[in-house]
Formats: sequence, C-alpha cells, structure tokens
Amino acid sequence: MNRIALAAALVILAAVPWWVSGTYYVNIASQILLYAIFALGVNVLAGYAGLVSLGHAGLFGIAAYAAGKILSTGSGHGHVVVAIGAIAVALLASAVFAVLALRGTGLGFVMITVALGQIVWGVAYRWISLTNGDNGITITGRPSPFGFSLASPRSFYWATFVVFLAAVVSMAVFVGSPFGASLRGTRDQPRRMTALGYHVWMIRFLAFLFSGFWSGVAGLLYLYYNQFVSPQAVALTASAEALLMVISGGTATLLGPIVGATLVVVIKNVASAYIERWNFVLGAIFVVIVVFMPEGLVPGVARLTRRAVAALRPHAAVPVPAPGVAAGGEPVRGPSPPLNGSERGR
Amino acid sequence: MSALAVQNLEKSFGGLRVTAAVNLAVEPGERRLIIGPNGAGKTTLFNLITGELRPDGGSITLFDRDISRVPSRRRAHLGISRTYQIITLFQGETLLRNVMLSLLGLSHLRWNPLVRIERQEALIVHAREVLARVALDHLAERPVGETAYGERRRVEIAMALAQNPRVLLLDEPFAGLSIEERRDVLRLVTSIPRDVTIVMIEHDMDVALDFAERITVLHFGAVVVEGTRGEVVAHPRTREIYLGE
Amino acid sequence: MSLWLVLAVNSITLGGLLFLLSAGFSLIFGLMKIPNLTHGSFFMLGAYFATSLIARGFDFWTAAVLSGLLVAAFGGIVERLILRRLPGAELAQVLVTLGLSFMVADVCLMVWTGDPIRVDTPSGLRGATALAGVAFPRYRLAISVIAVICAAALWTLLDRTRLGAMIRAGVDDAPMARVVGIRVPQLFTIVFCLGAWLAGFAGVIGGPILSVYPGLDQEMLPLALVVVILGGSGSLLGSLVGSFIVGFLYNFGQAMFPELAYVVLFLPMLIVLVVRPQGLFARPAG
Repeated sequence: MNRIALAAALVILAAVPWWVSGTYYVNIASQILLYAIFALGVNVLAGYAGLVSLGHAGLFGIAAYAAGKILSTGSGHGHVVVAIGAIAVALLASAVFAVLALRGTGLGFVMITVALGQIVWGVAYRWISLTNGDNGITITGRPSPFGFSLASPRSFYWATFVVFLAAVVSMAVFVGSPFGASLRGTRDQPRRMTALGYHVWMIRFLAFLFSGFWSGVAGLLYLYYNQFVSPQAVALTASAEALLMVISGGTATLLGPIVGATLVVVIKNVASAYIERWNFVLGAIFVVIVVFMPEGLVPGVARLTRRAVAALRPHAAVPVPAPGVAAGGEPVRGPSPPLNGSERGR
Repeated sequence: MSALAVQNLEKSFGGLRVTAAVNLAVEPGERRLIIGPNGAGKTTLFNLITGELRPDGGSITLFDRDISRVPSRRRAHLGISRTYQIITLFQGETLLRNVMLSLLGLSHLRWNPLVRIERQEALIVHAREVLARVALDHLAERPVGETAYGERRRVEIAMALAQNPRVLLLDEPFAGLSIEERRDVLRLVTSIPRDVTIVMIEHDMDVALDFAERITVLHFGAVVVEGTRGEVVAHPRTREIYLGE
Repeated sequence: MSLWLVLAVNSITLGGLLFLLSAGFSLIFGLMKIPNLTHGSFFMLGAYFATSLIARGFDFWTAAVLSGLLVAAFGGIVERLILRRLPGAELAQVLVTLGLSFMVADVCLMVWTGDPIRVDTPSGLRGATALAGVAFPRYRLAISVIAVICAAALWTLLDRTRLGAMIRAGVDDAPMARVVGIRVPQLFTIVFCLGAWLAGFAGVIGGPILSVYPGLDQEMLPLALVVVILGGSGSLLGSLVGSFIVGFLYNFGQAMFPELAYVVLFLPMLIVLVVRPQGLFARPAG
C-alpha cells in the first residue's frame, strides 16, 4: 500500500508539466521539488537521527552562494565545476557544523545550530565585499547539461525532477540500509548503542554529511531556479521553514517531508495570492501541528482517518493502531522524535 | 588469569564517593553475584566496567588486558556485554530487529549504507536463532511495545547474548518479574555455557542465591564481604547490613 | 578618542536595554526550561503598543508600564493555553514559540503597517548632560539607570521575597519544589508574565533609540539568546554581565569589523555552547 502510494505520487509528479496549466504553476512545482529535497535532507537528522537543526539554511545557502560566487567571477568555469565546487563547500560546512553541534545534545544541539546559521547569515549580510550583502548575487542564465537548456520552466522542472528522484532513491536506500538502522538506533537508545559497539558520534557525523550534501544540492537548484541568492536564503526563518516542512509532513516517513514541502510552498506562493497574511498562517500551522499533531500531517491524518473509520463501524472492536504502519512512504521504523512529551534518554 | 578484574577502582560524584577502592577478580566461567543495599554503587560498578563512566582511579582488566583506557564502544568488541536494570530496548522495532541491531554492533556491515538490511539472510537467521535461545522466536515479528514485561526482560538478555560475550553483566535481570517468569529467566541464565563468565547484580535473594557461586557484597561503594555463597550468607557483616538497618 | 567614548556609551546603553530584555528570557529559561523564541516579539509588541498609547495622549512612562502589562497579559495567555500543554517538551516549545513569533510579527505588520515609527524621547531627558567635561545624551544615561534599578528590584525580589525564594527553588530543582508544596504551575505563569512584562517594557524604553519597525523582533531575539548563553540561564548576575558584554561586542564589532559584525557576536556564543554548555555563570547542571 505504501509503495503504491509513493509510486503513484512519483508518476503524477513526473507528468506535472502536462497536466498543470501555466508556467506559474510549473514553477511552483519546481520549487516544491527543490524544497522537498531540502526537507528530506533536514529529515535525515531530525527524523532519523533525532537531531533537530535550526541552522540548515546555512548549508543550503552556502552552496547557493558558493555557486553564485564561482559563476559571477566570470572565470568561465563550466557548470559541472560549479556544481562540484558548491557541493564541496556545503560538505565542508556540514563537517564544521557537525563537529561543533555534536558537542551538544537535544536543546544544546539546536542552539549551536542556531548560532552557526546566524554566523553564516551574518557573513552573507555584512561581508559585503564577499557576498554583496543585501543585494545578493545574481547569475545570468541556467546551465545546459548535455546540451539541454534549462532556461524554460518545463525543462528546469524535469531536471529538478530527475535530481529529486535521485534524492528519494538515495534516501530510501539509506533508510533501508544497516547504516540507516544504526542511525535510528542512536536516536532511540544512544547509551545502549555505545554498549553494543557502535560509534555513535561517527554515525551522527556521517549522517550530518549526508544531510548537508542534499541540503547543498537543493541550494544549488535554488540558485539556478531564482538565478539569484540573498541573505534571506540563510536567515533563521528559512531554517525554521525547512523544519516546518519536515515536522508538518511527519518525520518518520519518506513521504512526510515531501508533503510538508508541498504544503509550505503552496501556502507561501499560491495561497498568499488569496490570503494576505502568509507568515501568520505559517506560524499558526506550526503551532497547531506541534500541539495537536506532533507526529506530523502524514501519520496524524492517517491516525485520525483510522479513528474515523473505526468510529463508523460501531460493532467492530476498535483496533489498536499497529505501530508499524504509516500512510504513504515506507513503514514507520521507530518513533518520530517525541514532540509532545519529555525527551527520552538523550 | 581472571576473566574480569578490577583494581582499586574509584569514582566520586561531587563529594559522594560512589566507588571506593573496589577490588574484584572473577574467574573464567564463574557465576558471581553482586549484592548490596540501594545506593551501594552496584550499577555504577557496571557502568565503570563497560566504560560508560570514567573512573577517577584504579584499573580494569579483561583476561589480563588492561581496558581502562579503551573507549566504551570498543569494549563490546572485546567481549563484554550487559543488560540494563531499566529496559532499554528499541521500542518501535520488532524483537527481531532489536536482536539484529545487537548483532550488527559487532559487524562491519553496520557501516554499510547501500545494501538492504532486509536482505541480509545470514543476519536474520542468526537473529532468529538468538531469539530461539530465549524462547521468543514465535514473537520475532512483534513490536517491543506489544510484548509483556517478562518477555522484554528476556529480550534484554537476548541482546547481550547475541554478541557472544566472554563476560556477561546482568543488571537486576529478575526485577519486576512474576514467580513464573523468574523461573524462566533463571533457567535461561543457568543454561548459559561455561565459556561465558557471568556477573549479576540482584536484589531478589531467593533466585539469585540459587545462581551464585561466589558473592561480593558492596556497601557505600566498598567491598565489605566476599566469598562463596555459604561464607557470605553466614557472615555477620552481611546480616548486619541486611537486617541491622 | 571621542569615537570610542561614544561607542562605549552606546554599548552601556545597549547593555542596559539587553538586560531588561534578557533578564526575562533568562528567568523563563532557567525556571521553566522553555526557550522562549517569542521573546523578541514581546519586545517589539511592547514598543508598538506604546506608540499607540502615546498617540492617544498617554505620557511616555505610563505608556511604558501599561504596554508592559499588555504584553504580560498576552504572555500569560500564551503560557496558559499553549505552553502548559507541552511540559518538558523543549523541542515543541522551541517550535511553538517560533511559530507564535511569526504570527505576532504579521499581526503587527497588519496593525501598524511596515513603516518605522519614531518614538520621541520623553521630555526632561532630551539633550545632553555634561559629566567630567564630556557631553552624554541624557536619555542614554537614563536607560542605564533604569536597568540598574530594575536589576536591583529583581534581585530584591529573588533574594528577599517568598516569591523569589520559590522561583529560586524552582530554578534549582523544579520536581523537588513541587514536592515541597510550591504551586509550580502558578509560579510558571507568574514568571512568564514577569518576563514578558520586562521584555515589553524594554521595547518601549528602547523606542527612542531604536524606533519600532518590522524585523525588530528578529534583531533583538538573537541578542537575548547570546546574552543568556553567555551568562547562563536563571542567573541574574549572568544576565547583567552578559548584557554588557554583548552590548560592547555588538557596538565595537560593528565599528571595528563591519564585515564580521555578526560573527563577532555569535562566535563567543558558539564557543561557550561548545566548551561550557551551561554558560559562564550558572552552576553546573546536576
């Protein structure tokens, strides 16, 4: 059931430029996908490692800025070099973030990532000779890999979709692997994992690099999409939005961050045409989800649906929801980080 | 050569001396019981042996190898396994997955991000065997959250046994169990072969005395009585500690 | 020479303002273990409320106190209705307070529009005073005095009153405080409101210097965070010292290393978090 839902979703996504009318909506779809990649990256840590970062926009943006810098110096580097350079910078930054942030656990980890994100933002905002400050960096034109120009919304969408597919596949492989199981183990019982012979710090560090890699990839796509990057991209609100995508969709599944990204991007772009107060809505969603559906939309809706269905069958015994199932994506492996109760054994 | 030995081990928290110059030597294959009133420092001793806590002084040797400086995560690889007083299983996972995680801890496979864990036949079969040893293979697919307390206690032991330890540390394995369950666990523990040295912390005297060959009594962090079961039970100091308070 | 003096005065002023802002944050975090990311919003809200009150004819100081009360009321509602549902869930509290800050910011934008609003320096404190032959702006001196008065008042509250004893007990060991009979939920609400009042009051006091504008909350919150991280949570002395350190770092940093202004600010916070997570002043945990 879960596999079919995911496959169906992917097919629908692939065909978007055909059934969606207007370049505006195709562009929205591209945004959804690139932010979904970002959200999946953030979820590697938030969902599977139990480490919540409020500084990931720093990694996202540092890749965008690195690419922008390389391109705008006009040294004529091909886009492949640019991409490699940008991702390399993102990985280096991830390593630095990881070494520092992993000194703390729980709230300490969050605070350190906030500080790191703010430092990146401060450099973007104030080191004007490097980053052009508030004016940001503009690039001219999108790349043309293998001769296909990505200038049009359609072709950019498909290129983004291919990268998105790669991200989803790599996530699925990662999650289903022994390393993925180890990572989830460190989330649930770090003490025991050490006693069982696992190198908990190293596992978390490598997960951070994996998370930073995809955040950087998303940042690169962001730069090519907008052909512009500014300090806005690395602000605290940007990290908060990424976290909102992850949490609103649900951290325990692959589909969760994707749904969350869709929700946030749609509200931000489309709904804001009808609703004036986008930030208010964003904040309100945050509050409502954290208080009422801490496990996220995907599992939360699944749970509520089960309840509703059970309630409609008055004579059947109410089934205890099997804790191994979530709608969409792969089966829940382990609990999402407990939001609505006290943290366990960190 | 002793299997596990501890020399002059010291640990203090602030002003509180939790482990006070403890000396201990457990012979290979021995069944050692550690008892003492609450706060005597028994679990702290285990935490020092597994490396979770760093001692303030003294040393720990495993089959004559000094492991005092060995990081905690390496000690499992050297043959030390433990269970916990409070059940620390992976709640959201099945029993099978729990044991698989335990087996993976010692395998290079744990670093592999590319293969599917579901396809690791050898690992899965091995995990089932371990569960069978504790008579829980019929519940292999059951999530931990849906098992009974007594079953979880046995999974705790399975997790430790899975790693084929040379030294097994059991921290209050009978805590909270019914009489039936206690008998099951005792049978399980006594069936463990002699190539595993067992050190057990227990409060429940009835069951533990059946198990013990030698007993070490801790009080306020120090060893106060040590000897065979008979010696310790008869010792006036033991009586004083348990009855005189 | 006089540039350094000006910077120093501005730093002390900012330090005083930050103390008012972060004392509340520190108390809330120290007692309730809640990282209240809405605190910057309290500051901004207080300032906005005051502009409306002043426009209606209230004098500056009355407006300051009243705005504080309005913000405190709002804080009380937030604590009672939302934060109380999430006891001990630090992550949830971070996210909820962050979400609330987004909501407050947008409402302020709606009500007071996006244009910066100037707050006039209260009459009587305009102009400069000569001290030791140098002219200091009167209002900036006043802010430092106000900060010191509030610090003294808070210290008296914490050290000399029963309420203060309960707060300190709660900061040290909340479960134990409960056992001893302290009504912890009510205490939490009181402290949260107190913290909110301080923040709102600070917003008004800062008005003549900073003005009020959208984004003020996002600018002040990180500063409060740095202060509390440096000074330790729940420590009044720590907040005081931390505030002045940050005031100096911010002003001198901007002047001497304009390109690395925020790095100068957040690097110490980062260093402290990484090396000594409990801050420079707080008692080590456990």
